[in-house]
Amino acid sequence: MEALKSLKPKIEVRNLNFYYGKYHALRSINLTMPEKKVTAFIGPSGCGKSTLLRTMNCMYALYPNQRAVGEIMIDEENILDGKRDLNSLRAKIGMVFQKPTPFPMSIYDNIAFGVKLHEKLGRGDMDDRVEWALKKAALWDEVKDKLKQSGNSLSGGQQQRLCIARGIAVKPEVLLLDEPASALDPISTARIEELITELKEDYTIVIVTHNMQQAARVSDFTAYLYLGELIEFGETTSIFTTPKQKATEDYITGRFG
Amino acid sequence: MNLYRKRRLINGLNLTLSMVAMAFGLFWLGWILWTLIDKGLTSISLDVFTKMTPAPGSSGGLLNAMAGSIAMTLAGVVIGTPVGVLAGTYLAEYGQKGWLAPATRFINDILLSAPSIVIGLFVYEVYVASTHHFSGWAGAFALALIVIPVVVRTTENMLKLVPNGLREAAAALGAPQWKVIVLVTLRASKAGIVTGILLALSRISGETAPLLFTALNNSFWNANMNAPMANLPVVIFQFAMSPYDDWHKLAWAGALLITFGVLGLNILTRLVFRSKTTLH
Repeated sequence: MEALKSLKPKIEVRNLNFYYGKYHALRSINLTMPEKKVTAFIGPSGCGKSTLLRTMNCMYALYPNQRAVGEIMIDEENILDGKRDLNSLRAKIGMVFQKPTPFPMSIYDNIAFGVKLHEKLGRGDMDDRVEWALKKAALWDEVKDKLKQSGNSLSGGQQQRLCIARGIAVKPEVLLLDEPASALDPISTARIEELITELKEDYTIVIVTHNMQQAARVSDFTAYLYLGELIEFGETTSIFTTPKQKATEDYITGRFG
Repeated sequence: MNLYRKRRLINGLNLTLSMVAMAFGLFWLGWILWTLIDKGLTSISLDVFTKMTPAPGSSGGLLNAMAGSIAMTLAGVVIGTPVGVLAGTYLAEYGQKGWLAPATRFINDILLSAPSIVIGLFVYEVYVASTHHFSGWAGAFALALIVIPVVVRTTENMLKLVPNGLREAAAALGAPQWKVIVLVTLRASKAGIVTGILLALSRISGETAPLLFTALNNSFWNANMNAPMANLPVVIFQFAMSPYDDWHKLAWAGALLITFGVLGLNILTRLVFRSKTTLH
């Protein structure tokens, strides 16, 4: 944890509780995610790792019976106080989901969609931005000749990189990845993992994953959640080699979960 | 092996029953279409498209009735579609909590199954009776009232088919809700919504009861929507009930025109949307 203290915090979760209706899904979570590092959330299904991720861009606010209590400080501003414009907050925090979700429009328009929401760019600038985002997401070479084609015409792995490019195009500071590779084949998964490693130079990345090897490969810090509680959080190497909690060790070694 | 044979037997039985049911349905449909073509095709002539509805014993056509039907059907769809699409969008996208959406949905379902004669009587009472004359607009309003519940229902159903992930993905980019709806969800369900509008159009193009009380009929050429207007369903109704042979023939011709008009329109939109959806 010494390593964590010397780093600049980007996201700080303080005493966070989350409710789906009456169901208490997250219990008093405290967690600090450092800037330009990859933090992974691991834990068995239903432990609350996706729920925790979705509070960081207030995704739960789309649903009337979901509620978060506590503080999430991003750059030392509490995003849960209800005073912030969620749309500009979400421009700062990109998100990629488990299933690829290309919009029903061309590849070019998929990327331009988010940019147009927040910036007024001329034709040339927009072309440059689309190219930049697609290059960043390692997709440019595969799609540069068919930008006018539907986003749905791509393969699953390409669609997921399209979604990553779409998120990056808005120039966020944080990227939230909700099991981004779980619906993909091993080769596409490897490409996404490479991409994450490249992207952490510019972005703070939080990734939820079922795959513990993936967490070990891509992340700098790992949080283990179980039944809505944060069991252990620390540097990935120490979590995976010398976990302090017996529960973490049981999960990581596959004795449980 | 015994189990395998048993399964094959049950499968064969089910398949046969399904085929019989399909054949039963197709038989009547084929018979209707055949009668229509048999009786209607011999009645179709150039006069049908160029002359007005005649008095008994004289020659004539259906030009005024066709024009009136097209005008009122189009007006009905143009009035009903925006209301239906907007209301359906409300139900699917905004109606998550509260009592308004469930109540609207319930009333819409009643309207959907309301006998069309009731709608005709309603428009007669509130519009025709107060303006003291039958008119094309009254007919168009009655037809619009039939269009609305159909379009509301299909729009809502089609929007509900759009995966929530798509909405979340758009919202996660910082899109306000109205942009998520206009640019993403409505666009994703465009083909289904257009199908719904077409379904409504097919439904109203044969409706007789609501027009009988509203547009009535007109033996002459009339392009004024504020006056009684001829239309195919009412002409078919009147001519088919009459004792005159040449009127019977025109009724068959009208029935054929409606059926193949709707069929043609359906095929056309299918072709248009197929060329677009192959992109995916």
